[in-house]
Amino acid sequence: MSLNPAITDLEQLKAHPAIARLQAWNPSAVEGVKFDRDEMSIYVERSLIREACALLRDDPACPFNFLADLTCVDWYPSEPRFEVIYHLLSIPQKERVRLKVRLNGDAPVVESVTSVWPGANFFEREVYDLFGIRFIGHPYLRRIQMPENWEGHPLRKDYPVEGYR
Amino acid sequence: MAHLTAVPTLEPGQDRTMILNMGPQHPSTHGVLRVILEIDGETVVRIMPDIGYLHTGIEKTCEAKFYQQVVPLTDRIDYLCPLTNNLCYCLAVEKLLGLEIPPKAQWLRVLLNELTRINSHLVWLGTHAMDIGALTVFLYCFREREDILRLFEAVSGQRMMTSYFRIGGVALEPPLDFFDRVRDFANRFPSKVDEYENLLTANPIWLMRTKGVARITAEDAIALGASGPTLRGSGVDFDLRRDMPYSSYEKFKFKVPTAQEGDVFARYICRVQELRESIAIVQQALDGMPSGPIKADAPKVVLPDREKMKTQMEALIYHFKIITEGFSVPAGEVYQAVESPRGEMGYYVVSDGTAKPYRVHMRAACLANLQLLPAMCEGRLIADVVAAIGSIDIVLGEIDR
Repeated sequence: MSLNPAITDLEQLKAHPAIARLQAWNPSAVEGVKFDRDEMSIYVERSLIREACALLRDDPACPFNFLADLTCVDWYPSEPRFEVIYHLLSIPQKERVRLKVRLNGDAPVVESVTSVWPGANFFEREVYDLFGIRFIGHPYLRRIQMPENWEGHPLRKDYPVEGYR
Repeated sequence: MAHLTAVPTLEPGQDRTMILNMGPQHPSTHGVLRVILEIDGETVVRIMPDIGYLHTGIEKTCEAKFYQQVVPLTDRIDYLCPLTNNLCYCLAVEKLLGLEIPPKAQWLRVLLNELTRINSHLVWLGTHAMDIGALTVFLYCFREREDILRLFEAVSGQRMMTSYFRIGGVALEPPLDFFDRVRDFANRFPSKVDEYENLLTANPIWLMRTKGVARITAEDAIALGASGPTLRGSGVDFDLRRDMPYSSYEKFKFKVPTAQEGDVFARYICRVQELRESIAIVQQALDGMPSGPIKADAPKVVLPDREKMKTQMEALIYHFKIITEGFSVPAGEVYQAVESPRGEMGYYVVSDGTAKPYRVHMRAACLANLQLLPAMCEGRLIADVVAAIGSIDIVLGEIDR
């Protein structure tokens, strides 16, 4: 089995239910797409992520009703530094889609999706704790894994593996 | 859905309530879970799980290791299902590499995964029943669990931290009598499940402690990210093995047990039936076990056989290269999910084209399932908290990572 090259052309992929739905709603919401290794990634405009999630959750044709995972990747030192990643699952249609939001390193802030899926609560707290990304509208944004008085965010790439000594 | 996002402000000194701390060292929290309870007499007003006591930073450690060195780390995520974690990580890296896995390795993986599921469910059943007060079940369950651990030891040399699945296949051929021993176990096991059910399923005390307790609706369970038997106990018929198959699960026939009530008893009955379905899958895997190689034909990724290393120059070179500088993985990202005994276990692996993963994230089923606790317990009696914690089957190593 050989790897097929990734498809990043929006025109070829616009038939996908999630992309079609987002484009019909707000053409500026989709910043880019990537179809690689049978997985669909959609880059969503930062300020629209909560509404985009609510829209996809309530889509009558293909409801992405389950937030499977929420995490983050640090691309230090390049900018935009952070990518917050939402893995959505449609339980009725058995489809997955990955949403991504790019954030700058100087002010990593994004709207919380806890009002769409209450289950995002612990995942967003973990990303806040380990990456230092602030989620606006989160009901209880405090450290979850590290102690309250910990300095720094351990999963950032400029944080040494062995910690500060 | 406002009731699911209520802010947990546990301030003491208000009228009648008091704050009670449970854990992190408490026998019925299955590890180091701390729960802060606000109680009014015997009634739970608010409940707030506090985690992080077992945080080891495995995700950060993975970024400093070669791809093949991460496999033993995945064992340590969840001490009850190391092979499920091995499988999920290996599938993710194999998808990144575009590797084809030979059928025998895939079937061995299915066989051992179902044994792992039985192992995990047995520990859950024993400890859950012990929390509620049925001490005997624990001894029955650990008797059969010992048999499974011996099988793991036979196949991998380790009882718990197996690391038996490798990127590109499995580590070794199983020993000659392995399949006979598994068949012997599989023939014996269904009658043992009858024994557990004899002790519990119609037991009036068990029914009073579990029926109607810690109820959760399907909508709330989905909104809170529940998966696995916790979700199926609320009537959502979804199982990744059947609905989004991996590692040739599509070739096996099995039922997905569900229950409608969404209470502790519903989750109990789902898992007990899963024991029977898992042993049916083990039987099918034994009957149809294909022959052939157990490792993919990818010399730059898979370690060569010992015999070849002694006779062939290339094999020795590949071995040296893999051990000293790893193998590079084409840049990209993959999210691979498998049905672990606790729900959707997902590995999100990002590669930047080097020999070390740029990012490994584990989607822990328990972390999401634990969020159900407030919805299950608030307004209920304090004694039901222990039953609720047991019924969502948590493993703190996976929650904290």
